[in-house]
Order: sequence, then C-alpha cells, then structure tokens
Amino acid sequence: MELEIPYTVTARPDTGSYNAKIGIWLFLASEVMLFGGLFSAYIFLRMGATHWPHHLLNVPIGLFNTFVLITSSITMVMAWTALKMRQFQSYRRWLAATLVCGVVFLGIKSMEYKDKFHHYGVILNNGQEITGHLEMTPAEALKSPTLRILPDAEDAGSFGYQLQSIFRRPATGEEKVLEIPKSDIQWWSNFTPRYSTYLATYFTMTGLHGLHILGGLLVLGFFWGPGAKLYRTNPEHLANRVEVAGLFWHFVDLVWIFLFPTLYLL
Amino acid sequence: MKEGTGVPQERNEQGYTTGRPQGGGSTATAQGAGHHEHQIELSWWRRYVFSTDHKVIGIQYMMTSLFVALFGFGLMVVMRWQLSFPGKPVPVIGPLLTAVFGANMAPGGVMTPNLYNSFGAIHGTMMIFMAIVPALFAGFGNFVVPLQLGAPDMAFPRLNMASFWSFFAGVVIMLGSFLVPGGAAKSGWTSYVPLADVADTGMGFEPILNGQTLWLIGMAFNITGSLLGSINIIATIIQLRAPGLQWMRLPVFVWSELVTAFLLLLAFPPLESAAILQLMDRLFGTSFFSPDGLVIGGRHWPVSGGGSALLWQHLFWFLGHPEVYVQILPTMGIVGEVFANNTRKPLWSYKIFVYSLLAIGFLSMVVWAHHMYMTGMGQSISTFFQIFTTVISIPSVLLGTVLLLSLWGGSIRLSTPMLFALAWLPMFGIGGLTGLPLGWTASDMVLHDTYYVIGHFHYMMAPASIMGLFAGIYYWFPKATGRMLNEFWGKVHFWMTIIFFNGVFFPMLVQGFAGVHRRWYDGGAGWQMAQPVLWLNQVMSVSAWILAVGQIPFIINFFWSIWRGRKVDSDNPWRANTLEWATPTPPGHGNFLHPVTVYRGPYEYSVPGAPRDYLPQWEGEESRVAEAKLTTV
Repeated sequence: MELEIPYTVTARPDTGSYNAKIGIWLFLASEVMLFGGLFSAYIFLRMGATHWPHHLLNVPIGLFNTFVLITSSITMVMAWTALKMRQFQSYRRWLAATLVCGVVFLGIKSMEYKDKFHHYGVILNNGQEITGHLEMTPAEALKSPTLRILPDAEDAGSFGYQLQSIFRRPATGEEKVLEIPKSDIQWWSNFTPRYSTYLATYFTMTGLHGLHILGGLLVLGFFWGPGAKLYRTNPEHLANRVEVAGLFWHFVDLVWIFLFPTLYLL
Repeated sequence: MKEGTGVPQERNEQGYTTGRPQGGGSTATAQGAGHHEHQIELSWWRRYVFSTDHKVIGIQYMMTSLFVALFGFGLMVVMRWQLSFPGKPVPVIGPLLTAVFGANMAPGGVMTPNLYNSFGAIHGTMMIFMAIVPALFAGFGNFVVPLQLGAPDMAFPRLNMASFWSFFAGVVIMLGSFLVPGGAAKSGWTSYVPLADVADTGMGFEPILNGQTLWLIGMAFNITGSLLGSINIIATIIQLRAPGLQWMRLPVFVWSELVTAFLLLLAFPPLESAAILQLMDRLFGTSFFSPDGLVIGGRHWPVSGGGSALLWQHLFWFLGHPEVYVQILPTMGIVGEVFANNTRKPLWSYKIFVYSLLAIGFLSMVVWAHHMYMTGMGQSISTFFQIFTTVISIPSVLLGTVLLLSLWGGSIRLSTPMLFALAWLPMFGIGGLTGLPLGWTASDMVLHDTYYVIGHFHYMMAPASIMGLFAGIYYWFPKATGRMLNEFWGKVHFWMTIIFFNGVFFPMLVQGFAGVHRRWYDGGAGWQMAQPVLWLNQVMSVSAWILAVGQIPFIINFFWSIWRGRKVDSDNPWRANTLEWATPTPPGHGNFLHPVTVYRGPYEYSVPGAPRDYLPQWEGEESRVAEAKLTTV
C-alpha cells in the first residue's frame, strides 16, 4: 500500500484546492515563463531586424486550426462536466472528440510544415529576394548551374488567394518560370528553420507548441483508455485528474491563441 | 510494528491517515520506533534507489551533490596549478590527466588551453547547478521541509523521484561530456554566444555528442528536475502544513525554501527556452544568436544572420541572477534556524526576516542586466538595473542585521553548526558589500571581468553558501542518522575551512583591483601589469590545496559517524522547537507516529515562566508538564 498523502482527492479547506490543482497551476506558471522567454526573444529579434517577412503562412489554414483547438477546449470542459455528473459514457465520447481535434490540429500542422519545406527562397547578389516553387526536383537543383523557379503570385499573401490555394494548385504558366543562374545567387534554400530568423522563430515556437499538444494527447489518451479504470474505484479522483489535464490542455490552446496572430497575422 | 492489531485505518477530516484514536498522545517523541504502522516491506531497490520517500530522496540529492562539489573542487585544484605554475606539468596527477583526457588535451601532464577552458566551464556549471543548488535547495528542502511542516511526505512523491532522476541524468551527461571527442564544453558556465554557437563544431566533433551540445542537453535535464522539484516544494508548503501551522508560524527555513522555489520556478524556464534556441542554432543552423556577417576564423559563418548575441545574455541572466539568490536564500534559512536554536532566544525579528526574504525574491527578478553594463545595451537600461541592484541591498542588509542582532544577549552554544552559521555572517557581509561596486555602472567599468568579480561572487557562492551547507549538515545529521557528528573533528574542519577559504578568495579581490583579467590562462604571468600581484597566485593555490586537505576530516567524520558516531540522547538532541524534532530518529516512512498539531511559533526559546528554555511547536499547554519530564535529561 502506498503512503497516503492528504488532500490528493479532497480539497484542503483553507486553500480550497487539492494538491494536483496547486501543482498544475505552478507548472503552468513555469510554462508561461517558458513561452514568455520565446515570445520575448521574438520581440527582441524582430525589433532589431532590418526586414521581416509578411504573409508567408497560410492564414485560412491557421484560422481553421485555431477553431479546431478552441472546439477541443469546449469538448474538454464537457468531458470533465460529464465526469463530475458521473456520466461515464458521455465522458468518454467528449474526451474522444477532444482527442480527434488534437489529432486534426497536428495533422494540419504537419501539412503546413511539409508545404514550407517545398517552398523555396532565393536571395540574389543584389539583395533581392524571390520566393516560389522549384520547377525541378531538389536533386536536380543541387547539380544544375541554373535554378528554374516559379515565383509566388503577386497576391499570394491575400486571404482569398490563400484560401483557393488550399484546394487547387495555381495554374502553372510556363512563361512565368524564372531561370536564375547560380552565379547571381547569394543564398537559396527551401523554407527550413535556417532560412531566416522569421522561419526559425516560426518552426521553434510552433514546434514546441506541437510537442505540448502531443504530450497533452498522450495524457488525455491515457485517461480515455487505461486510466479511465479509476472510475470504478474513485470517480472523484479521476475527475480531478481530468480537470488537471484539462487545465494543461486549455493552456496549450491559449498559447496557440497568442501564436496565431503573432506568426500569421502581424 | 502494529500490523494486524485490528486498528482500522481511518481518515479524519483533514485527510490524515491515522491508525489509532486521536488525541491523548499528540506529543510524539517516542524513541526508536522506526516505521509507520502500515508500512509494508519494499524491495531494496524501491527503498533506497527508486524511493519515493522524501527523506531518502533528500539524502540522494545531498550525496550526489556533495560528490559533484568534490569533483568540481577537484577541477579547480588542478586549475590552480596552471595559474600558479603556468605551462609546467601538473605533479602527481599529471599522467592521469594525459591518460583520461588524451595527449591532445594534456600532453605530458601539462594543461592545454582547451582543457583549462573545459575545466573552468564545467567547474562553474556543476558547482552552481549541480552541487550547491541541489544540495541546499533540493537536499535540505526534501529532507527537512516536509518534516518541519508536519507532513507525511511531499505532495507528489513520485514526481519527487522523477525530479531526482532527471537531475541525476543531467549530472551523468555533464560528467560524460568529458569523454566525447574534443572534450567537455569550453565556453564558460555562461555559454556566451556566438562563441558557444560555433564551439565544438566542425572537424573532429560529433554532431550531437560534443561538449557544448551535451552541456545544453545536460542542462535541460537539470532544469526539468529543478522545475518539478520546485513545484513539489511549493505545493507541499501550501497544502501539507499541519493543523495550526499558520503562515507566520513557519520556520524561516521553510520560508526561504518557498521563496527559492518560486525563483527557480519562474527564472529557470527562460533559460530552458534559451537552451532550446541555442540547440536550434547548433543542430539546425538557425541564427537566433548569430548576428549578420559573422566571421569565424576568417570564414564567413554559413548562416542567415539576423540574430543577437545580447539576446542570449538577457535570457541567461534572467535566470543567472535569481540563481545567485537561489544559492544564498536557503543558507539564510539554515543560519536562522541554527542561530535561534543555539542562542536559545527568538530571532530578533521574525517578521522582518520573512518580509525581507519575500522582497529579495521579488527584486532578484529585476536586476539581471547588471551583469551586462559593458555590452552597450544603453544608458537608461543600465540606470534602471543599477537602481534595483542598489535597492536589493536593503532587504539583504536587513536579513544580515536580523541575524546579527539575534546574537545580542543570547547564551550562545558554540556547537559545530553554530560555528559554521556564525562564520556565514562575515562571509555573506564580504560577499554582499564587494558586490556594490559591481552594481554601479561607473565602478563596474573598471572592475568588470577582473578577478575582483570572481572574488566577489565566490564569497557569496563558496564561503557563504558552503558555510550554510555545513551548518545544515552538522545540524540535521543527527535527525537523518540518529548519531551526532564528532564535535572535535567538526571544529578542526571548521577552522581549516574558514581560514583557507579566505586564503583562496581574498587575494582575488586584490588582484582584481590590480587589473588581473579573469580569463587569463597563465594567471597573468605574461602581462607586465600583473607582475606585482603575481605572488598572490601561489598564496591562493596553496590555500586551495590545504582547503582540499581540510575536507578530509569532514569526509572521514561523516562516514565514521553514520555507523560509529555518538548516539543521540533523544529525538531532540539540540533541544529545538521545530517539528522535524518531533519525529522518531531516524524518521520512518510517513514520518510522524501521530498527526501533529502546532500550537505556537517556531522560536519560543527562553520564554519567561516556562519549565524549560524551549517550547516545541507541537506541545499543547496540557501536555507540556508531562513532556518536560520525558525529554529533559
């Protein structure tokens, strides 16, 4: 038998909380500082930057993902409420909905990442930057003395264009393809973290956020599956655990609410 | 063991597990009874290695960090040879250096600059993050805080185990980094960029298994352990105080741990984000810390640029400065406990002490950039940080004053813990006062990066912190083992330590004024201006070596006393008031034989009209007379 620690299930009267709730709030405070450090770094770097790219990311997709996460926050609360009302089946359904939302979010996020890895940027010797898609395979591009690149459309940053581009690839006008000799190029690469400070910030912050989502999914998945057995012996304890996991989940959503405008809109 | 007596285990309204009716026997000084009733036999591994018992974890933390401290000190003992006798083969262990670190690093037993840099970086990192902080905050924090709160364990015992093993993994990684190609990190304990971004890369280095990357990974483990540990300490203090233990009845050590835990909780994550950014720079070629047009070794560094080296310094010192207080605050708590107990009178002002701790905790978060006056970050920013650095000296001096005035009119017992605690005061005084010229921009311009800085911060981190550490070890050793440390050898240890500590660090202040730079590999031998103070290098080195010898009595005393020391005469050998002395000695799993109730503040010593000169917190009015017969020998 494990040693029993007071107030693991019931609240301590003078603080009004059980232990894990205090613990998770403290943990979230440290998380605020962790992401706070990254947001400060973002502000610091952007203030010192000579050039900061805009509209590189697909706003409609980001907006959709924001709604997915907000929905998952609602279903998370519903799961906890169902558990508090001792409606076990309903709890499992709402939690499953939360899990689905989380998986959808991560799926869309990885599509966005893949999209970036196929997006290229070229900086010419005169400092001009051209972004677009390669009209050749990356392996060819490494060997060839010239780069064939289809530049992004003029209105590629507009909401309508981005919305359309989700569903169909823009028509390839052969005449628009640029042939750039490598002797004119100072630096070219796909949109990986090393391409620019902006992309480095984007990948680092959303990557860390994605890891948090993944961690949340693992925990919630546990409480949906094997962890739910606790319901038979101590439903209130399970409700507490779900509440604590839910607080973490809401926090991760909240981080995204800040990340979305910071990286997609501003 | 009373298993099977049929007493039902019930939970009272506070949630404490009780195996017997309450009341009647709420004064727990029963001797020798080792274990909580419903303790079942755990395997050896679960009891001593993967234990969730806060006392075992506290001892694990303490032993690991004492070992690391010895190792880090050993690195410095070797470095002091190079500083005094530059370029000469290290005697005695020279061949060992060559054997372990290779002929590239130590040809013929001579320290190369790379090895010197590695030793310096790892000395700083391990001493700060893996020796002093875990020993003081986590070691004593785990062992003592739940006992002083009257709690059966920490709020999250399994999390507690996880934090220790995370810390331990960090230690192993940091030590192991000496063995990878190219050796351990060489960029100092601050890992300043862009040096740290480009160090240990390229030819002859592994992409991940290289010194600087392992430094980052080791730190990430260590930070994770610290975060989990500080959450646990705070939650325990908030949630598991015994009935009657109101906030203003907490022992000052608990207060100091609470403030320290908040500092770790809030200041460490920005360093973790900084470490993530540096890892991105090193592994994925980003330029968070690489400015435009960075040229390394005549070659344009192949990154996009646009980063900022100053950013690293801000993120680093946002942790780095609170970290200093993380090291000193727990010792203030320990010294407060030892003073009250050994002067047999209350602290001069408990309230000023507590509020000063809180003020220091708050202010320490807004002074970090006083490490960066010379970076050209701007005059108005410097002024801001200069003001708060000066302001933070007020609560610090208040704390020192409370402790100093606590001595006034006391009947002082010069026990070994008290000697160390007494010596803490002047060490803290020197460390604090030498910091003021560094906190002011004008004088800092002269003293920046000299040995004066080294002397100043070592006075805080080495003599002061370690005086507090030893005071705590000598004070709580009887509770952990049931035996006393030998007083005579304790005093020998004390005098050796205090004299030669000063022999090491005071000359640094002098050398610093003479302009000796902190990063000179030859100790200043190649610089004309350093010649008049060069002889002090030998003074410091010899002091350091004697200081090392002076720790031998402690080590022998420590291990000898665990098994052969004089047994304690009661559960409360120091006649102290705080709750840890209400437990059996050593306390079993679950700590207290009965639920404790607290009736008074922690320092009611020499109360007029009382039967004895101490009134323990756990004694109610009605039980005091009977109790007096039981424990007064």
